[in-house]
Amino acid sequence: MRITIAILALSFAAMPAPAQKKVDPARADTAIKAAFPTAPADWASRLTGDETMQQCSASHNNPAKDVAAAIQKREQGTIVYPPDNNFMGDWQKGERLAQSGYGLRFTDYPPRQANGGNCYACHQLTKNEVSYGTLGPSLSEYGKLRDFKPEAVKAAYEKLYNSHMAFPCSTMPRFGANKILTIEQIKDAVALLMSPESPVNTGK
Amino acid sequence: MKRSLVMLAVAFAAVAAIPRAHAQDAETEKAIEKYRAMLREDPWSNPGYLDADRGEALWTTRAGPKNASFEQCDLGKGPGKVDGAFAELPRYFADADRVMDLETRLLWCRETLQGLSAADYVKRPHPAGGQPVKEIGAIATYVASKSSGQKFAARLDRPQEQDAVALGETLFYRRSGPFDFACATCHAQSGLRIRLQGLPYLAEKKEASKVIGEWPAYRVSNTHVMTMQHRLLDCYWQMRMPELQMGSDASVALIAFLTKQAEDGEIAVPGLKR
Ligand code: HEC
Ligand code: HEC
Repeated sequence: MRITIAILALSFAAMPAPAQKKVDPARADTAIKAAFPTAPADWASRLTGDETMQQCSASHNNPAKDVAAAIQKREQGTIVYPPDNNFMGDWQKGERLAQSGYGLRFTDYPPRQANGGNCYACHQLTKNEVSYGTLGPSLSEYGKLRDFKPEAVKAAYEKLYNSHMAFPCSTMPRFGANKILTIEQIKDAVALLMSPESPVNTGK
Repeated sequence: MKRSLVMLAVAFAAVAAIPRAHAQDAETEKAIEKYRAMLREDPWSNPGYLDADRGEALWTTRAGPKNASFEQCDLGKGPGKVDGAFAELPRYFADADRVMDLETRLLWCRETLQGLSAADYVKRPHPAGGQPVKEIGAIATYVASKSSGQKFAARLDRPQEQDAVALGETLFYRRSGPFDFACATCHAQSGLRIRLQGLPYLAEKKEASKVIGEWPAYRVSNTHVMTMQHRLLDCYWQMRMPELQMGSDASVALIAFLTKQAEDGEIAVPGLKR
């Protein structure tokens, strides 16, 4: 995991620096609001974004140390843990939600099924699914590589609930904090990563 | 030309029939590479030329309450001048006091010359899958194809244009929506893909200049021509954002930024895309 972070830090560092000409954030807000006139009233927050998003946008995902620390603290505070501290659900359900990209698009209303996590869009997971994206690191054998340790199970839950806690300005969605997935669904995804029976770890 | 068009139509239909399942993307990609090779042999066989032809006819057709054609439309090089006009867009237009990309300018000409409401047009500006590109899109395909072979030469140095490019860059990195996505989430690194779809690194000039000059493009998976305004709406759809309004300042700013990124790129319209 450290290595991944180091590599990602490098690739972020290689991103072009913000242009000389500064655009007032209020101006960008105005332009975005005007560009989406059909937005339903309860979508207002989709247009502006919260403080963490604003800080990550402004720094091109490369926040200064103190900003990164503030983001980490703020995002950690959003995490809701399962009442019984059991972080693992059903890996088979986890595999289904990892495959599904359904949810929250304007064509997805009224909802016809549960939201998906679309993990395969960005990650390699099971060996059998060859159609995976590379925006995120491979998660193949994720649990096995961590000896299925309970701390790693909890860390995976936290990562999925709020990706910025472990990695400020992560480009992975905050599945729990943004209510994309329910706590039960996050547990299912954790099982897909961390259960010894999961094909992510058995290689089957 | 006719015969290869028919052959391509058959070939495209076969690709379109492939289920959109992701596992098939690699095959689709291979098939498209084959068509690209055919196109290199006979560039005129791109089905997008049918829409360019339709656009050319629409350009000279009188319509609307003012019963006028587009022939007096000034795309920046003077009324009615089409050759090379796309290569200099987006640009600031004093008559509208706005920076405009090609589609936005055409929408403006349609309203001012023909008296047809732009507000009505933008309610449904883009075709559904399998439907032909709409009027402005067809005309945009025609106009842009008349700059094919040229390099982008948009000045983008007037204050209003610089402002649009800067706003576009800001929006490119701006996260919004419940997935926290920005354009930069998917287009700020080289060689990455989402599922099996390759993602162009648009924050970098080299890759941007390869792809931006290919729009409007015939999009095989939708079996219709897609314009740049439509492409951006589709990317915002993936970002879980509402429908991007065609001609909005934000859309023009993003196109100005992308065009700046592609400034050394060659125009090859209609392009051909997955
Ligand atoms: C839009 C892209 C995207 C999506 C969708 C996505 N991720 Fe990620 N993920 C990333 C990126 C980029 C990283 C690396 C940066 C980081 O650690 O935050 C990452 C990191 C991770 C990590 C930490 C890896 C490590 O090194 O320990 C886990 C675990 C993970 N993702 C699981 C998931 C699961 C499960 C899903 C679906 C529910 C998912 N991701 C969906 C982009 C994504
Ligand atoms: C969640 C991922 C994602 C986000 C976010 C995203 N795009 Fe895209 N974009 C794609 C994919 C996937 C394609 C290629 C689709 C294909 O292969 O047909 C694409 C294609 C494009 C293209 C055409 C490139 C070419 O090959 O000709 C442009 C231009 C573009 N995007 C611009 C943007 C802009 C501007 C934004 C932000 C407003 C944006 N994208 C946000 C995924 C994304």
